[in-house]
Amino acid sequence: MRRRGVLARHRWLIMRRLVQCGLLALFMAGPWLGIWWLKGNLASSVILDTVALSDPLIVLQSLAAGQGRGLAAIGGALTVLAIYLVIGGRSYCAWVCPINPLTDVAAGLRSRLGLGPGWQPSRRMRLWILAALLPFSAVTGLIVWELVNPITILQRGLVFGMGLGWTVVLAVFLFDLLVSRRGWCSHLCPVGAFYGLVGKAAVLRVNAAGRAACTDCGACFRVCPEPQVIAPALKPADAAATPVILSGDCINCGRCIDVCDDKVFEFGLRRVTQRKPAGEIVGGSPKGSAR
Amino acid sequence: MAGKDAGSPGRRRFIERCVALAGSSGVVGLLLAAHGRQAAALPAWAIRPPGALAEEDFAAACVRCGLCVQACPFDILELAPLGRAVPLGTPYFVARQAPCEMCADIPCVAACPTEALSKALDHIEDARMGIAVFTGADTCYAVTGFAECRACFMACPLRGRAITMERRHSESRGYFQPTVHPDACTGCGKCEHACATVEASIKVLPVALARHDPRAP
Repeated sequence: MRRRGVLARHRWLIMRRLVQCGLLALFMAGPWLGIWWLKGNLASSVILDTVALSDPLIVLQSLAAGQGRGLAAIGGALTVLAIYLVIGGRSYCAWVCPINPLTDVAAGLRSRLGLGPGWQPSRRMRLWILAALLPFSAVTGLIVWELVNPITILQRGLVFGMGLGWTVVLAVFLFDLLVSRRGWCSHLCPVGAFYGLVGKAAVLRVNAAGRAACTDCGACFRVCPEPQVIAPALKPADAAATPVILSGDCINCGRCIDVCDDKVFEFGLRRVTQRKPAGEIVGGSPKGSAR
Repeated sequence: MAGKDAGSPGRRRFIERCVALAGSSGVVGLLLAAHGRQAAALPAWAIRPPGALAEEDFAAACVRCGLCVQACPFDILELAPLGRAVPLGTPYFVARQAPCEMCADIPCVAACPTEALSKALDHIEDARMGIAVFTGADTCYAVTGFAECRACFMACPLRGRAITMERRHSESRGYFQPTVHPDACTGCGKCEHACATVEASIKVLPVALARHDPRAP
């Protein structure tokens, strides 16, 4: 099989890193360069002094704690919810969250060092932590997760001053590197779990519409941070099952699209059905000649 | 485990796992809550922006976005980073370093998306960021007679109302003592900033501390 070029195999990864860095740059351009297109930080921000955005989970905790009645905050949270209902819940994790590049590096290093999976707590752990946040906010009168949230500690630190915030970020990195493969983002982080719930209804999804061309090479499973989401779409027990990756755990990173040499995966809408010419591809095997 | 359902190994394992997960997340939550309670107190040198809710409510209302920090034209506000005694990520200023300039349009309050800085504050002179407290009975130049200083009085935006210079007599001489009137003091910190002694002889304290009232800012 002919390998595609390096750029082609990292297309979505490169775009993702550009978006992540670009968003961070937009937030930092204000205090550092005096260009105020984007004010605030990931908790709450204002675009060009007009559109308010707020983190829905933070606003929910604030409401549970008996506050958070600001119109801008609630409107901003609804706007953000609407955005992620379109572009896919955990697109936040892959395209916005500044912790993601660090845990990606940790996971890469970990596999290069041959460290294996390490401690693997249940992936449902993050849902339990998420479920605990609202009652605990209500009881304590605090926005509980913001006391430890490494995402906002890192991003706020970069925009407003880091202090000792780097220790929390380093702890997450070392946890993923030395203790648990993809431990933070795929097992513990309740912010990802929250966006995962949003993703269950989101419009933009990765699908395996070209699954008939799959050669069982396993590249997608190896690169995916949530490999359990792939099988139901790629290798369903029922041949007529949807090829769309419906699990909210999928972070829409597009790495499976990148690494697949057989063009099995693509971004599409939730309603996309299996590419019908699948039979033709198998039978006529137009790709087979290219290999 | 008398019931046949609860007795089946798969179901039993599931229940055990759920209990373990709920238990561990509960412990984590309790630790967080304890840490948070401790973190929700303001040290004496940290003053909230104008319009801030009482500290207890502020901890629940402020999302730590920094829009107030970026709205301040004088750049006096800071978001507390980890390691500072101020609750993580919340805005404050240090009067001795840079006091509130008391903008008439209160841009920090206007920028706040959550009402943590209450829009009920229309006039900056009604702000109660803190209360100035005279601490310099033995250091204040005006009181000790070292100089005819009235820097705090001159710096006060509500001169003559929030601070007056009151005539006092000691056994040997007469002098003027800076005197704070808490009912008018906004807690802007101009007096503390202007004080000429090495350590300020007049300091702004968070209202909750000065009045020992957790319901105050």
